[in-house]
Amino acid sequence: MHGRPRKPSKPEDEAASAAKAQKLRALQSQFLHNHQNNIYTKEAVELSAKLLEINPESYTAWNYRKLAVEHYLSLTHSDSNPESLNSIFQEELTVAENALRQNFKSYGAWYHRKWVLSKGHSSVNLELRLLDKFQKADSRNFHAWNYRRFVAPLMNRSEEDELKYTEDMICNNFSNYSAWHNRSVLLSNLLKKKADGFLLKEKVLPEEYEFVHQALFTDPDDQSGWFYHLWLLDQTVKVDSPLLVSSWPAHGYDLMLLGDSCPSSPFTSFHSDSGTFPLVLYFNQAVEGVNSSTVSVDCELNTIKDLIWKPLSANNSQTAQVWVTQLNFIDVEPKAYPVEVSLGHSQGIISSSGFHYNHSRFAFRVCVQPVENGSAKRLGGDVMLWSDEKFHIYDAHSQESSPVISLDQLSIQNNHETTASEWRTEAIAKEIDHFRELLSLINCKIGKLTLARLLMAHDTMICPSNKTHFKEVLELYGDLMKLEPSHVQYYKDEHSLVLLQQVTSSKESLLNHCFHYRNLTSSHIGNPICLRLNNLSLSRVGSFDKLLWVQMLDLSHNELQSIEGLEAMQLLSCLNLSNNVLCSFTALEPLRSLKSLKVLNISHNEIGAHSIDTTRYLCSSPVSHSAGSEWNPGEIINADTDVKSYWEAYFILKDLNLTQLDIVGNAISDEKFKSFLIKILHALKWLDGERLH
Amino acid sequence: MTTSDLPPYPPIDPTTFDLIIIGTGLPASLISAASSAAGKSVLHLDPNPFYGSHFSSLSVPDISSFLNSHSAPPFNTHDENLTLTTRPLFSDVEISNFAPEILDQHLRKFNLDLSGPRVLFCADKSIDLMLKSGASQYVEFKSVDASLVGDGDGKLWSVPDSRAAIFKDKTLSLLEKNQLMRFFKLVQGHLSNDESEESENGVKISAEDLESLFVEFLTKMKLPPKIKSIILYAIAMADYDQENMVVRKGLLKTKDGIDRLTLYIASVGRFQNALGALIYPIYGQGELAQAFCRRAAVKGCLYVLRMPVISLLKDEDSGSYKGVRLASGQDVFSQKLVLDPSFTVPGPLASAPCEQIQDSCQVLSLIDDKVKVARGICITKSSLKPDISNCLVFFPPRSLFPEQVTSIRVLQLSSNLAVCPLGMFVLYFSALCDEVNQGKKLLHAALNALMKLLVSGNAENSSTVQSEDTEHVEPTLLWSALYIQELTKGQFESVSSTPMPDGNLNYNDLLDATEKVLRFHIFVKFVSSINCSTHYHFTSLVLASLMCSPALGVLYFISWIVNMYVSKS
Repeated sequence: MHGRPRKPSKPEDEAASAAKAQKLRALQSQFLHNHQNNIYTKEAVELSAKLLEINPESYTAWNYRKLAVEHYLSLTHSDSNPESLNSIFQEELTVAENALRQNFKSYGAWYHRKWVLSKGHSSVNLELRLLDKFQKADSRNFHAWNYRRFVAPLMNRSEEDELKYTEDMICNNFSNYSAWHNRSVLLSNLLKKKADGFLLKEKVLPEEYEFVHQALFTDPDDQSGWFYHLWLLDQTVKVDSPLLVSSWPAHGYDLMLLGDSCPSSPFTSFHSDSGTFPLVLYFNQAVEGVNSSTVSVDCELNTIKDLIWKPLSANNSQTAQVWVTQLNFIDVEPKAYPVEVSLGHSQGIISSSGFHYNHSRFAFRVCVQPVENGSAKRLGGDVMLWSDEKFHIYDAHSQESSPVISLDQLSIQNNHETTASEWRTEAIAKEIDHFRELLSLINCKIGKLTLARLLMAHDTMICPSNKTHFKEVLELYGDLMKLEPSHVQYYKDEHSLVLLQQVTSSKESLLNHCFHYRNLTSSHIGNPICLRLNNLSLSRVGSFDKLLWVQMLDLSHNELQSIEGLEAMQLLSCLNLSNNVLCSFTALEPLRSLKSLKVLNISHNEIGAHSIDTTRYLCSSPVSHSAGSEWNPGEIINADTDVKSYWEAYFILKDLNLTQLDIVGNAISDEKFKSFLIKILHALKWLDGERLH
Repeated sequence: MTTSDLPPYPPIDPTTFDLIIIGTGLPASLISAASSAAGKSVLHLDPNPFYGSHFSSLSVPDISSFLNSHSAPPFNTHDENLTLTTRPLFSDVEISNFAPEILDQHLRKFNLDLSGPRVLFCADKSIDLMLKSGASQYVEFKSVDASLVGDGDGKLWSVPDSRAAIFKDKTLSLLEKNQLMRFFKLVQGHLSNDESEESENGVKISAEDLESLFVEFLTKMKLPPKIKSIILYAIAMADYDQENMVVRKGLLKTKDGIDRLTLYIASVGRFQNALGALIYPIYGQGELAQAFCRRAAVKGCLYVLRMPVISLLKDEDSGSYKGVRLASGQDVFSQKLVLDPSFTVPGPLASAPCEQIQDSCQVLSLIDDKVKVARGICITKSSLKPDISNCLVFFPPRSLFPEQVTSIRVLQLSSNLAVCPLGMFVLYFSALCDEVNQGKKLLHAALNALMKLLVSGNAENSSTVQSEDTEHVEPTLLWSALYIQELTKGQFESVSSTPMPDGNLNYNDLLDATEKVLRFHIFVKFVSSINCSTHYHFTSLVLASLMCSPALGVLYFISWIVNMYVSKS
């Protein structure tokens, strides 16, 4: 069925098809007449069968036949003769089979057959023979495979038998996506059910690796095996129950709040105007059900009760990887308050695949310092300048606690998982050896990509001090960018993520990017450390779990098109995104969740340069009327024309409390737009380096 | 029933033919089918009571008597005319019946090939020929289920000859699988880029490599020894040790190797219901000769079996051939004569004034005159592999003993090919050899290796079943015939002779040889009787096809002849 050349049609064929169309049209109009008048006589029903035999794609005709069956059923109901029932359904099966003979990829015909069988009046014994015929004609026909998945349970065919069947089909010809896919579906089910012989992943998966290797090594150019391998890798790496990977404040933190005496460590001090700070939970996968009953925050203060947890997700759903709440220490006695956070003591935190979070806890201390009068008045004095000479490399004192160390402490808490999954590391290590060997023989793009993925998977599994593969992985992605320019963006994104993982992997590498902001004394920023990730050719940002503490972030002079995930950095108050390739305000949507953001530089991007912005459809817009739209209908109607023409900018920026904004060097940035910004950003003091009055 | 008991033949009428063919071997049958289709009058005689001559499939008693009679010293009567002398083409025939009590009731239920082991590649010329000529309607084929490589310890490995087979193979390492598949792809890429010189992926094998030795090319491709051996002896079917630089016989060039691989690759998957590259005709190889004879008969060829020819008749004036005297005493005449290889023309005959056709076939020239084929036929009670009924086994050079310079090939067939009763198997052996002892040594070595397998395999199977009556152990090997066969090439003169079965598995070389007989013998003479315009068309077609491949020549020739016949009638 695949790879057959098309032949140009001959004139006599065209004449024949014209005659066929004529006949079909007559048949169709007659049929529609019957359908509209609810005529279900024998002749009328036969007519529909004739139509379907010629054109199995006629959905109306299938529906008509369903109606006809119901009609007959209602008639035969009184005498309830099982034989007449049987013959009605048998007729339907025959029509469906004839239609499939005409076109075995007809959705309508397969669906009709399913419908008939689901009525439960017909025998399913012949179905496998029919399927064998269709799967012989085209072994990859996914309709047949779909139908097989439907029929097998009806026939009480065991999943083990079906698994064997996929193996046979793969042995016949291993470039069969459908067979590999069905194998993954069946294996998932068997593993989930913990069926006999499928109790332990560590027994099943290595065999599957061995099986798929035969395909990958025999013909690395065939993609079907690689898809299955990717699934296997996912099965190996995936930990079922969700884990807390980091938090802010992290375990063992001493948090300095409010006071302006010089903090012992800039990493752990946090300045808040209002005496509140965010508590951020960062999970390894999206979870739902984080609320005051599933997460308890114990502190001697009463203010920390009935916390409202917010999911930080782009699409407004109640599932998110990152959850945040605000802790309030306003008007409390200045002293140290120990806080203990305990998660999952009652079940309720559930991953999207339905696994529960295991119980865990972490603790930190909040040192509330006496508020000095007038300290708040200092805010927003000077303009924040991002030029290089304003920064100098940060010297960490050896005794200082660093965010990296506290992260390690947290991961130790989750170590009970790692001991149970030694086989995972072993399996991945074995795979790495295999693909290194393959790549020593041939130059294979997908092999390189897989090796890169395997190395990263290996690094995330082993303890952080042994992460040694970054360099190799970065080289692999570098190679791939050169080898396959058509997918360069994907490789660049992966390269960026790995680079950030490398930067955040150790205290030393992270400190290389930590800088002091010089205007410390007059700064309105409590934490003077700036993380500078500029000039790294990043096209994506990641590793946010390690960066929750960052308050000043410089991402300028990269190749960012999106800042997806940045919403997790709840402490961020100064952000430099200048000289990137951001094309629209909608790309900045993560900023909406950053309530502490004061200083934003988005100059020299491409905002407004592209007249057609497809990402805007992903955002809630004033014209969309979907439920849960964040737009207040009155807001947009009453607003002036500027809001209507700049609604995206309005949507992103309206709730931010920016004091400084740089937007110069974007196509959108003209005088009109600037005056619009001044109108909506009430706290704004500096725009494009000019002081506002 | 013997020939002498039969009533005398009615005289043959007419008595003059365009062509008389003696012997119904496959090459002779092809010639008669082609000539008859071209509208020539042909008389096809065979002294035997069956079709196929040296290519036939016979019952146990018939094959025994055929082997014995054709190994006897020549029988010569003196006659004033040219007496046809038979020459013994078989020698050292050893026939043993190990289990008469089992076998004797079944003796007639066998169809044993004289020319075994022999199979057809799905993409063989002979298959094309049968399809085009219509002979295919008389023969049915079944797949050979597996190809295996054996060693002296009686271990068998399957030959990974396709993508699916490489995938399934349990003995190759992952890297070996990759290397082998890449080599196949290289060959495929080389072939698909045959037309256009500038290919995108540049996988074309260089002209220099094509002229080098195949074994050196495989080494250059960094293939490990195991894979090299599989490619050389089980896929390219090389006869002689390719790495023996002392003997230096039958060494394949890369381009020959690639051609053979091409045939193999094109065969896998040619027919939807064929599992692998190889097929075998139901009821035995004798069916093929018979099918072409039937084709010839349909087109008007006259057949007389059980009709020995006593002598050749010579034209008094010119001294050239004019006819034959039959055993019935009748004289029949023809312009041309094609003889079975078992006859030799004793006296001098004036040769026809035709230019000699140079023997251009590469592979034929590889075989020197001394070379013989050692063949063996065995009947066994059990299969070499419990789950496989029809299979080929290769013993590459040096796999059985260090001095083994030729490859030994074994074909096992089962009752589902209607060659033997249910529950029995027929094994065919063949190996090229220079002399009798060497040939027998090769056969015995292979037989011993396989017997180990049969015994051990049997022991495993029967350990539970036969535990009660261990006293009565049925012999595995029931019957065997070992013999040495001479190789004769075709001879092309006014009296031509057809070639004997060669040492190959398929008929390709025999077809090439037959084609030469056809070209020399019929084409050259027939041209004058065909009108001019068609003649030009025909020659250009044949020449064009011959230039690209000598193999295709016969095919076009025959199809052209068939077409001619159809258009005339």
